[in-house]
Amino acid sequence: MEKRVVFQSKWLPYALLAPQIAVTVIFFFWPAAQAVYYSFLVQDAFGTSSQFVWFQNFTELFHDGRYIESFKVTIVFSLLVAVSGLSIALLLATAADRVVRGAMAYKTFLIWPYAVAPAIAGVLWAFLFAPSIGIVTYLLKKMGVDWNWIINDQQAMLLIVIASVWKQISYNFLFFLAGLQSIPRALMEAAAIDGASPTRRFWTIVFPLLSPTTFFLLVVNIVYAFFETFGVIDATTQGGPAAATQVLVYKVYHDGVKGQDLGSSSAQSVILMFIVITLTVIQFRFVEKKVQY
Amino acid sequence: MFRKFILAALALAATSASAQTEIQFWHSMGGALGDKVGELATKFNATQTQYKVVATYKGSYGESMTAAIAAYRAGNAPHILQVFEVGTATMMAAKGAVIPIAKVMKDADEPFNPKVYLPTVAGYYTDSKGNMLSFPFNSSTVVFYVNKDAFKKAGLDGNKPPKTWKEFQAAADKLKAAGQSCVYTSGWPSWMHIENFSAWHNVPIGSKENGMAGLDTEFQINSPLHVRHLTMLTDMAKKGLFTYAGRGNQAEAKFSSGECAMLTSSSGAQANIKRTAKFEWSVNFIPYHDDVKGAPQNSIIGGASLWTMGGKTNNSYKGVAKFFAYLSQPEVQADWHQSTGYVPITQAAYELTRKQGYYEKNPGADIAVKQLTNKPPTANSKGLRFGNFVQGREAIEEEIEGALTGKKEPKAALDEAVRRGNEILRKFEAANKG
Repeated sequence: MEKRVVFQSKWLPYALLAPQIAVTVIFFFWPAAQAVYYSFLVQDAFGTSSQFVWFQNFTELFHDGRYIESFKVTIVFSLLVAVSGLSIALLLATAADRVVRGAMAYKTFLIWPYAVAPAIAGVLWAFLFAPSIGIVTYLLKKMGVDWNWIINDQQAMLLIVIASVWKQISYNFLFFLAGLQSIPRALMEAAAIDGASPTRRFWTIVFPLLSPTTFFLLVVNIVYAFFETFGVIDATTQGGPAAATQVLVYKVYHDGVKGQDLGSSSAQSVILMFIVITLTVIQFRFVEKKVQY
Repeated sequence: MFRKFILAALALAATSASAQTEIQFWHSMGGALGDKVGELATKFNATQTQYKVVATYKGSYGESMTAAIAAYRAGNAPHILQVFEVGTATMMAAKGAVIPIAKVMKDADEPFNPKVYLPTVAGYYTDSKGNMLSFPFNSSTVVFYVNKDAFKKAGLDGNKPPKTWKEFQAAADKLKAAGQSCVYTSGWPSWMHIENFSAWHNVPIGSKENGMAGLDTEFQINSPLHVRHLTMLTDMAKKGLFTYAGRGNQAEAKFSSGECAMLTSSSGAQANIKRTAKFEWSVNFIPYHDDVKGAPQNSIIGGASLWTMGGKTNNSYKGVAKFFAYLSQPEVQADWHQSTGYVPITQAAYELTRKQGYYEKNPGADIAVKQLTNKPPTANSKGLRFGNFVQGREAIEEEIEGALTGKKEPKAALDEAVRRGNEILRKFEAANKG
């Protein structure tokens, strides 16, 4: 039996596709093409004089120690966000999975932070940890910890990691919980009868069965850390101190919008575009196909 | 919010009905300052019927400049744009995008005499041929604030604050010994400790008259004196005598809350300190190194000026010129100075304010002017003009932070700041040579 819809008209399928294509072209291909074009130019801020310089913007970037540094910062940051975000979410999910009474309430509370806009999350944490007025700063000072991320780069990194992880935990939690609940109870019961401890049951049954979810979340979290933490960083450290928290996507904004260096900024966004493409390919090639139940 | 919207809509409707020529004025004065700018526009509009200045708040300095650049590229630039001092070179190099104030005034036959402005203010916005490029509006400088109560507690005379960095350090030690948790903090690190520091000691910030005489300028902030000063700051930071508070004005809250006893920051902080500080405080000259010949020279300004953007009708430029002429009046300037804390930018406004007895009632309000006019400005102290200085200043601040955290030696940090800064300058030169 033919399941496909067969169009009689020659132009109708194209007409139906047109809006989607138009949206994609206007909001994706066109800006992307512009970014590629600008990445070959050196231009003054007002665009009154510009020169075509081929790959100069790119070569400059890779000779620029600070761009390489920004790469390192991004990798450290992404790993911290992904690993701690996943472990905490998994912990919470296993805990919530076991709760018998009031499970709904716990789940709802754990999902709430996801509804908070990144900038608000950033401002929230920035206030809590503000060097002069933050309540957490005050408590830390009482405990003898000198908290000042304005000048301490590790504390600054810690701050943006905490804020970003907090923001993303709900998402991870949802997927982990769904994953946990799809694990057949019979397997667990059989293992329990065989005398396997809860820890052993977790590592030999639950964790392997969760691996597709974990893999998927790992990619999603890395993408999140790479591209969606802009709001958090802008609201808190703004890339400081001394560029210690300047991740790649923040550097694009920073050099382009604040520094008015469109050429370099475009070159950076073209590089980011390739990273997204690579991550997407990995996601489809490996995560969707190779990780098997 | 909603009421503002209605008012704006009504204003819009009213203007489209009349035959007045609208002058778009984008600025970055938020809060009380924004209300004051609105008041200036309203009062100007009441003086004549031909033009109507519409003042619009467009966010921070950086944001409104970006907005204006985007608008210019799209052919919708405002007539007047308020640009912070570090954006001066970018605006100036944008040929065709801006019109020098001198030309705007001359074309409209409005009286205009650049000599009425304080030399340190006018110098900042004047090219090497002597043409004034933008209209000085809100200027400030770095001053030195002292918590007199904290001084008294430490056995120091609050009425005799330290004049030199040597005295400053001695005072800092005493304050620390008396249990002051934060002794000294500073807002705007590059503006205070590099830019104003250089002018105050009459040493260059960069070649070519601090960049005013050409785009092929290079930074010179790694001189032995600069290294010595940063070393002093770093040592103070190590000993817990200097608390770094960030690149903006965050330090001001640390002072006004009483946490820090000494502060160097913008003269524009006075209004806020007056409102919040629950202790006796004073405004003073920033300290200097007394073994440097010629120090103290004069400090340089910060703040912003008004630029006329190109591509508008000739008639509207007449309105722009009229508005600038209105703003130049001593009464308007004196009022602006007194209600905002920015320095009076003309000699006449300063005199008028003095005659009105304002400085007797508000001791310290004239320190900024006195500092700016301490001596006739030299090539090293009339101001600076570096391309892409938003980025350049940031490179400097990053390196200062590197030194303060102990990651780099002060000398290495300043060498690196010069290297990075020069790279940015070369890029600017390349982008603007066409």
